[in-house]
Parts: sequence; C-alpha cells; structure tokens
Amino acid sequence: MEKLPAWADLVLVPLISLALAALISALVVLGIGGDPIEAVSVMVKGALGSAYGWGYTLYYTTSFIFTGLAVTVAYHASQFNIGGEGQAQLGGLGVALVLLAVDWPHWSVALLAASLGAAAFGAAWAAIPAWLQAKRGSHIVITTIMFNYIAAALIVYLLVEVLRPVGQMDPATAHFPASAHLPSFGEIPGLSLVFSKQVPVNVSFFLSIAACFAVWVLLWRTRLGYEIRAFGKSETAAVYAGISPTRVIVVSMLISGALAGLMAVNNVMGESERLLQNASEGAGFIGIAVALMGRNHPLGVFLAALLFGFLYQGGAEMGLWTTIPIELRTLLQGLVILFTGALDTMVRMMLVPLFRAAPMKRIGGAA
Amino acid sequence: MDYTTLIEILGSTLRLGTPLLLACIAGLYSERAGIFDIGLEGKMLMAAMASGAVAALSGSAWIGLAAGITASLLFAAIHGLASITFRGNQLISGVALNFVASGATILIAQTAFGQGGRTPPLDGAARFQAITLPFAEALSGVPFLGPFYAKVISGQSLLVYLALAIVPATWWLLYRTRFGLRLRAVGENPESVDTAGVSVIRLRYTAVALTGVLCGIAGAYMATSLQAGFGREMTAGRGYIALAALIFAKWRPWQALWATMLFGFLQALALRPDVIEAMSPGSLTIPVSFLDALPYLLTVIVLAGFVGRAIPPRAGGQPYVKER
Repeated sequence: MEKLPAWADLVLVPLISLALAALISALVVLGIGGDPIEAVSVMVKGALGSAYGWGYTLYYTTSFIFTGLAVTVAYHASQFNIGGEGQAQLGGLGVALVLLAVDWPHWSVALLAASLGAAAFGAAWAAIPAWLQAKRGSHIVITTIMFNYIAAALIVYLLVEVLRPVGQMDPATAHFPASAHLPSFGEIPGLSLVFSKQVPVNVSFFLSIAACFAVWVLLWRTRLGYEIRAFGKSETAAVYAGISPTRVIVVSMLISGALAGLMAVNNVMGESERLLQNASEGAGFIGIAVALMGRNHPLGVFLAALLFGFLYQGGAEMGLWTTIPIELRTLLQGLVILFTGALDTMVRMMLVPLFRAAPMKRIGGAA
Repeated sequence: MDYTTLIEILGSTLRLGTPLLLACIAGLYSERAGIFDIGLEGKMLMAAMASGAVAALSGSAWIGLAAGITASLLFAAIHGLASITFRGNQLISGVALNFVASGATILIAQTAFGQGGRTPPLDGAARFQAITLPFAEALSGVPFLGPFYAKVISGQSLLVYLALAIVPATWWLLYRTRFGLRLRAVGENPESVDTAGVSVIRLRYTAVALTGVLCGIAGAYMATSLQAGFGREMTAGRGYIALAALIFAKWRPWQALWATMLFGFLQALALRPDVIEAMSPGSLTIPVSFLDALPYLLTVIVLAGFVGRAIPPRAGGQPYVKER
C-alpha cells in the first residue's frame, strides 16, 4: 500500500477515526430518539463549561494518562498489555496498605510512599504475565486478561474478609488518616481562586504530567528505551544486536504495570481516600483507547487522555440531563478503539486517493 | 456432600456450562482458521440482548434465537472485515467490539423498554422450556444412575442438547471432512491452502461466520433459557472464560466439552456457599472469590505449560497477504 505523509499518519488518521466514531455515535443517538446536537452541547457545557466541570474532566484525565502511558510503554516493546485494569486495582491495594500502615506526617511524604506502593504492586501484578511471556511463550494478552479477573476476585476477598474494619458493612478499607489527604485543586493556593467548589482533581495531576515526560525520556533518550523500541520493531534484529528479549519484555511490562498502578494515587488516595471494590472503574481499559488514539507517544497520550476525560465527564452529565443513557460513552470508547486500532488500514485507504490526487492537480494546473 | 446435593450441582453444572461450551466451540472455529477472537463476550452479549428483546416482543423463543444469531453475525462480520479484509489487529478489534457491545446493548434495551437496560421478563413460549426426556420418571427409582438421568440429563432446555450435539458434529466437521481439513490448514499455513487454489479469505470468513452463529446461540441461551430475559452485562465475562477453556482444551472439541463443564462446575459450586462450607477442611473456609478466580488461575497454569504445552494454531493472529 502507498505510504501517507508522516503528518497525515500522525494527525489525520486519528482525527478521521475519531470523526467516524463520533458520526456512528451520533447516528445511534438519533436512532434511539435523542438529539445529537443537544447531547454534544450538554457534554461540552458539563465538562468544560465551568471550573467544576473541569475539576472532574482533569480528574479523569489524570487516571487515563497513567493507564494510557502503561499501554504505550508495553506497546513499544510489541506487548499488548490489556491488564491495566487489574494492575490499577492492585495499585490501589498498594496505596491502601501503605497509607493504613503508618500515620504519615505530611501529605507529600505520604504521596511519595503511596506512589512507590502503587507502582510496586502494579508492577508485581504485571510481572507474572511478563515472565510467562518471556520464558514460556504464554500469550501476554490472554494472561493479562486472566490476571484482571484474578485481581478482581483477590480484591473482593481482601476487602470482605481481611481489610474491612470490624463493624463496617460495605466491603472497603478504613478511611485513610487525614494527614494523607492530597490537596485538591480547590485547596492549592492560586488554583483555589478558580476551583472554588469541591473538585476531585488533585496534585496527582502534576504527577501524571511528570510521568508523561519521564516516559518520553525513557523511550527516546535512554539506552533501555532504545532497546525497547528496537525489540518492538524487530525481535530478530534486536537479538542480533545483542538485546535480551527476556529483559526487554519483563522490564517494559514492569514499567507498564507500575504506570497502571500509579493511577491509584489519583483515584484511591486523591478521591475516595479508602480502597473500594472496582475502584479503577474501567480506566485500565480506557488506557487502550487513549494509547491508540495518542499514537503511542506521551504527548499524544496526554491529548487523548484529555479528550477521554472530556468524554467521560461530559458523558456523565449527558446521562444526568438528557434521556440518552450514560453507556453511550462505552460505545464511543469501543468505536474509537475499533477505528484507531483495528480499522486504521481502512482509514488510510480512504486517505490515499486524496494524497495521490493532490500533486497531479498541481501538475495539471502548471500545464 | 451427599448424592442428592451432587446431582443438584451437576444439573446446574450442565446449565451453566452450556453457554461456555457454545462460546468455546465458537472460538474454536475462528481460532482454528487463524483469526483470534477476544470478542466472544461482546457477540454473546449482543445476542442475549437481541434475543431477549425480540422474544419479549414476539412471544417466541425461536424468533428470539434468530434475532440473537443475526446480531452476533453482524458483529462477526465487523470483526471479519477488520481482521480479514483490512488486515487490522485482531486482538484490538475483539476488545473494541466488546466495548461497543457493552454500550450498545444497554442503549438499545433502555430505549426500547425503559427498564434500566433490562428486557421484560419472559415466560411461556418466549423461553426455551425444560424438556423431560422419555422414561425420566420411570427410571428415577434406579439406584445411582436413575437420579442422574432424571435430574441431570433430563429436564434441560433444547439448547443444552443442541450444544452437546455440536461437540461431535464439530469433531466430525474438523477431522472427517474436506472443509475441516482446509479450515485447520488455513490456521496453520494459509500459503499452502492458497497454493492449492482454495480461497483463504473465503475460508476465514466462513469460520468467523460459524463463530457468529454459535455465539448467537450462546447469547440467546443466556437470555431465553438460563434466565428469563436480558440484564445488563449478563454474560459477566463468560466469553473470556470460554477463551480460557479453549486454551485449556488446546483447541480440540471433545476437550472443550470437558473444560467448559469443569468451569461450569466451578460456577455451580460458587453458587452453593452451604456446600463449600461443608467441604472446607476444619476451621478453614474456601472463599467464594477463590472459586471465581479458579478458571483463570487454571488457564494461567495451562498457558505456562506446566500441564503439557498449549500451542495455538501457528498462523493465528496474522493477516494473510496474498503474494502478487
């Protein structure tokens, strides 16, 4: 197939994929008797029209950046990590264990410790599928899916039988001590002028941006990143160059799992302030859409996470104020994954004639 | 656990194992032809919603079944288009379609019936009712085998017997017909099939369509037989358990039957906390979550190759590019 210019591949293909997904969603909205224009305006107003809306949009964005980066790092090593959901849940366990263990003197110390706990637990949950892929050839997609279910069962067991405080009915841990409370945007000097209401977005948003930068440095400015990308492009060439497949698979999956686990700093430590059942609420899966949409580049991931943060918060508002069910966002998420990840060849095929026609017209004009 | 309890649990094993079996055989056709399908879950869910909705509107379980198969086939066609025609990533396509199904089923059911994403409860001819096999009553007095025949084998719905019949039929089709040989060949070495003058594209579309039909039956069974109507996310990961069973069975039909029935047994056991309590040694109780996780744990152990190696079809997941 003919190649498209690089900018078209990077920018146009995802945008057209998104437009196609949005178009089909609009048709579905029409089909169920809703008004797509009203839906979009409610979404924009609800997610971006107020500081309160932004407070939620950025909160979701933070989670999606972490899970999107997790998929990205694994992708560059040609590993498809569908286990972000389980790794994020285990990350939540790490956060809870760290924060309930000691009374932390200050939130910044607690944040550091909780981040380490979240990353360690997330990485540990990715370690077994990674090792099985590297050493036993077990397909990582299947094992990470299995580990999502095992994680869910494990968390349910721990919350019901082990971590639930005596006398409490709902399956959740105790509340974290007040000293571990992360400042939300409403409590940060300067930002509090804008975010006057109670919003869930908190300092971990800055952590997620730092993670974007760190992943960029890792992938494009370090030896390890070079090894990961070389291995992802061609395993045989990488082996010939002396790169160890086991090392790349295991290390990239550990980093991936750690990033997915770090998401828990946002939702478990920053928002619910205790570990609940199914705390990650599917954010691990949205990471797949975010990484595909963001073309597996940290900057792209940031923008795509922002887009999905908007869709998530806007979708919730739409579910509240219109007759369109909130599940429309699941449908849209699926369509984005479908068009950007599986039907991208189709989108490219649609674009090729346009780029082929353009120079010919120029020649025709000159003659 | 006494014999009566065991019979009860085996009866629900067969009931709960049936959707797993149908989805597992569905996945077998696709994967044997070299097309990975993570989207079994989504196809089942679509079929469950379509059959539940149409059975409620028409009052006929059969029309519901046809609607379920149609809905599942539609999703199979999209998966085929993405993975065969456009040579896209089969894993991503499957994942995507699962999300589309998860959202679309609730949107449609909520719009059509306004009952929070459920379809109205079904009864009478809108459900596949239990069939009592001949002599079930007469033979129930026979020690040991009598109750087994009367309570486990007999009294299941037609779709259960259909699912059981599909196992030998699939074995025969795969290993005793020309189509089966070609289907297996296209999953191992599509070049050879192409060289022999057989269309790879057509074979793979046929396999994907068979997957669609079987997932359709599985979903329709969920909504019109196992339960009375569609409920949101009612497949609850069964598509993934079926995928696990397929690996456990190493992509073979008879083994698929045993694997799905084993997983069905675990599900049946998880529904009986009293039995688990009685079975647990001493003061130690086996948590129900452990039984929930067991199918996945077993699959990981099998995948790790500790119980013989599970080797997938060699051309699985790779789009076929014909040489020019």
